[in-house]
Amino acid sequence: MSISPVTIIVFALLFAAVALLGLLGSRWRAGDLSQLSEWGLGGRSFGTLITWFLLGGDLYTAYTFIAVPALMFGAGATGFFAVPYAALMYPLLFLAFPRLWSVASRHGYITAADFVRGRFGHRGLALAIAVTGLVAVMPYIALQLVGMQVVIAALGLDWTVTLPLLGSVSLPLLAAFFVLAAFTYTSGLRGTALIAVAKDLLVYITVLAAIIIIPAELGGYAKVFAAVPPQQLLLAPAPDHNLGAGFAYVTLALGSLLALFLYPHSVTGILSSSSRHVIRRNAIVLPAYSVALALIALLGYMAVASGVNRMPEYAAGFKSFGNNFAVPALFLHMFPHWFAGLAFAAIAIGAMMPASIMAIACGNLFTRNIYKEFIAPDCTPQTEARMAKIVAFMAKLGALFFVLELQTTYAIQLQLLGGIWICQTVPAVLLALYVRLDPRALLAGWAAGVGLGTWMVASLGFKSSTYPLHIAGWTIPCYAAVSALAVNLVLSVVLTWVLKATTGMQTTDSTMAEDYV
Amino acid sequence: MIEDKPPRRGFRPVYLFLAIPYAVWVWPPFYNRVSPELLGIPFFYWWQMLGIFITALCIVPVYRWQEGQKGGGRK
Repeated sequence: MSISPVTIIVFALLFAAVALLGLLGSRWRAGDLSQLSEWGLGGRSFGTLITWFLLGGDLYTAYTFIAVPALMFGAGATGFFAVPYAALMYPLLFLAFPRLWSVASRHGYITAADFVRGRFGHRGLALAIAVTGLVAVMPYIALQLVGMQVVIAALGLDWTVTLPLLGSVSLPLLAAFFVLAAFTYTSGLRGTALIAVAKDLLVYITVLAAIIIIPAELGGYAKVFAAVPPQQLLLAPAPDHNLGAGFAYVTLALGSLLALFLYPHSVTGILSSSSRHVIRRNAIVLPAYSVALALIALLGYMAVASGVNRMPEYAAGFKSFGNNFAVPALFLHMFPHWFAGLAFAAIAIGAMMPASIMAIACGNLFTRNIYKEFIAPDCTPQTEARMAKIVAFMAKLGALFFVLELQTTYAIQLQLLGGIWICQTVPAVLLALYVRLDPRALLAGWAAGVGLGTWMVASLGFKSSTYPLHIAGWTIPCYAAVSALAVNLVLSVVLTWVLKATTGMQTTDSTMAEDYV
Repeated sequence: MIEDKPPRRGFRPVYLFLAIPYAVWVWPPFYNRVSPELLGIPFFYWWQMLGIFITALCIVPVYRWQEGQKGGGRK
């Protein structure tokens, strides 16, 4: 596969420019970066526009841009569940999350587990929420690096160095890793926010060009859809006594959207906004990204129609990365050289930016809810901020190690499980914005949900997250996160009721009703 | 003993707008079809893309209502 030098030069220039922007981010609206809320939440200062870019960049990651079209490419209509997922999360964002912002800003909470600690006064439950967040977000960082790997491979940059412990490492990946680590460390969320603006502009340019140029070259949208195998164009019809693929489709969207804003990096993005109104306004304007996502999903079909998977020059890429190579191959095949460089820069920067905010979220979580809570309760704010920076670096190093040493499939499987685990924090975080159940009941419900969800996915060999339930002679294919959450909720409610009747309600709630509005 | 439920202010019909987006997707047999096509795009795909716009538009009246409430002196 021969890549034009023009592609590589455009890519390298854009990447370097954006990295510089990130490093200069510490000077932008400079705050006292030795404070955790300054480094890790940008001083809670971002207005509607910056939050739009930040949350947009945060929720729609490079991995999304590669994996969603890859799913459409390989499995067809099922992959389009990303669209209801990415639309229906906004009414929820609009209703519930301004409440989280208000209570967090009133009490100085930085993480979801901070809120749980305050709301329930139960260290065990707060720890469970913090650990769930940490474990779920780590493989997500690893997948961003996988996205970067795909781009580097598509560019044909196959220089490697041999390092002790890590073995043979791709040099461009290592360079990208150090850029990421450097701007995260020095600028915190401010640098990330600046990069988000650049990243999203590049993404929108790429998407606009792709949906105009590629279908035109392929002979129109009708031709694109005609190339898709007929049995994949729609969801499979349901057999008798089976709720069918349609039910799985809806539960996949539902479970994913319930989990999304509870991920640590989403919470970080939400809490960094300057007021609850910023979040409410963003619920109206963020769906613009969902439109882009829907169009990006269709790139998977364009890849089918273009036949890139049958071209010998892309065979090696498909062999290494499977369907994840569909979009890079499509760009290389369809775009002029310089524009392919721009598109790849969009994806690579789109991997850096969420990876940075995820690492920051890890730093915040570990420092606030494990280090300060259990190890050094009387640490100074400066120690707190320094600790978070170090943890953020370790999280990225861990992800790099993960990507290099273990197979990518583990990262994908863990990310699949991560979504299911995060969904189990719904009763203790999302529901707790409205109703306070008993913390002991919530902990039991969480444990049951996590256990059951993990068991269901394990019994499917970690290949799928849609577990078929058999109830009253019917087969119900349901996203494991949703069925586990149902058990979790029922258990939490019933146990709360039992505990209330037997031991009385625990009332160590440091928040008040007025804090939420 | 602290009553920690936020004060209930009764049901406001304007919030029903937020249920509309969920209604768009709740019944897959309705949108799991090819025709009618739009610009060569099967119904399954353009209907759901339209749903994104419906979702954003349904939040607007609730947003405006809440803004009006603030002006009216409450909170």
